[in-house]
Amino acid sequence: MFAAENGLKGDPRLEAISAAIRVVPDFPKKGIMFQDITTLLLDHKAFKHTIDIFVDRYKDMHISLVAGVEARGFMFGPSTALAIGAKFVPLRKPGKLPGKVISESYELEYGHDRLEMHVGAVEPRERVIIIDDLVATGGTLSAAISLMESQGAEVVECACVIGLPEVKGQHKLKGKPLYVLVEPSGLDEF
Amino acid sequence: MLFLLYILLLSLCHRAPAIRLPSNNSKTPFLLRSVCVSLHLISYHLALLFFRRVNSSKASRDSETMATKEDVQDPRIPKIASSIRVIPDFPKPGIMFQDITTLLLDTEAFKDTIDIFVERYKGKGISVVAGVEARGFIFGPPIALAIGAKFVPLRKPKKLPGKVISEEYSLEYGTDKIEMHVGAVEPGERAIIIDDLIATGGTLAAAIRLLERVGVTIAECACVIELPVLKGREKLGETPLFILVTSDAA
Repeated sequence: MFAAENGLKGDPRLEAISAAIRVVPDFPKKGIMFQDITTLLLDHKAFKHTIDIFVDRYKDMHISLVAGVEARGFMFGPSTALAIGAKFVPLRKPGKLPGKVISESYELEYGHDRLEMHVGAVEPRERVIIIDDLVATGGTLSAAISLMESQGAEVVECACVIGLPEVKGQHKLKGKPLYVLVEPSGLDEF
Repeated sequence: MLFLLYILLLSLCHRAPAIRLPSNNSKTPFLLRSVCVSLHLISYHLALLFFRRVNSSKASRDSETMATKEDVQDPRIPKIASSIRVIPDFPKPGIMFQDITTLLLDTEAFKDTIDIFVERYKGKGISVVAGVEARGFIFGPPIALAIGAKFVPLRKPKKLPGKVISEEYSLEYGTDKIEMHVGAVEPGERAIIIDDLIATGGTLAAAIRLLERVGVTIAECACVIELPVLKGREKLGETPLFILVTSDAA
């Protein structure tokens, strides 16, 4: 669900966050309007609003673990984890994590990829949120949910800064709640 | 030098019978005995002074870079150090990999890590925190948020959309590149560059060159871990390096 429909209607922070996101056309390939959050990270106020909104939402939900999807999930997850007193777990592309890992594959437009997590990073019955910068088809987040559930953890919610039209109206992803701050920014801001 | 002088004087004195058995029964003239003893004492104390100065300057240099204050180590450091896991033979045989993911699972150690960096850089006019992909993305943003700076990701090729500038650096075999967005930083800004670890220093040196090319001053490079045996510090030139933990494993 979008934040504006869930208690933050008219919140000026959401507008500031949306305005700070840059659209780059035809990246990584023609026809794709890439939602670039690096400009959000350059805007200290807007970046702080983003983290504050996530922290306000999750600080009283007894979340013990924040998982972030490589690499842009790493930019939002750790700050959120620190502020709510939770552990941070990176979910990474294959071959990056040393030691014992578990992995889950997910579909890409052409082919598939894998997401890995350390064995022992998550304990059974832990309450977890999964963070990424953007949700499109939900494939990556679904793989992340599977990884958590394979370890007996409870995914309380998935949280993203941006949600593409595919997820509008979708309140759940693989049966788990989905929380999104803003819709994609339009080209006219570019 | 003084140590050699001390040894020389010592050996000279020992040739004089006075040092062996200074007693009233000695046949050696009293004057010669006194001169030798005095020389012995003077060189001994000079040597002591020399060593003390070397050790304390090394300690103070180390303390500047090892998160110590007034030669006392920050009490948070041992816990941070012990939370880092070493994985042998990753990514290839012979390498002892410093795994910071276990630090991220220790909420107190992770908080302390960020706090130490924030205390160091807050109020110092740092407007840019640049983080090296990917583990620099874990430590950089919390620091940037706390000190009121921008966070700028320095990424592997083709990850950043739009216009980028890139800087090449050497690997053991071949080269790699890091990229930064055009316009992310402005000339005259003061930056720190963050990564989890400095090994050979190749990536950090490339990051320094990238930022300096667009007119940014690097106040300092900051890493959680240094592997001093790989001498990465030497690649950073004039740029200071701040480290929390060193490891002999390489």
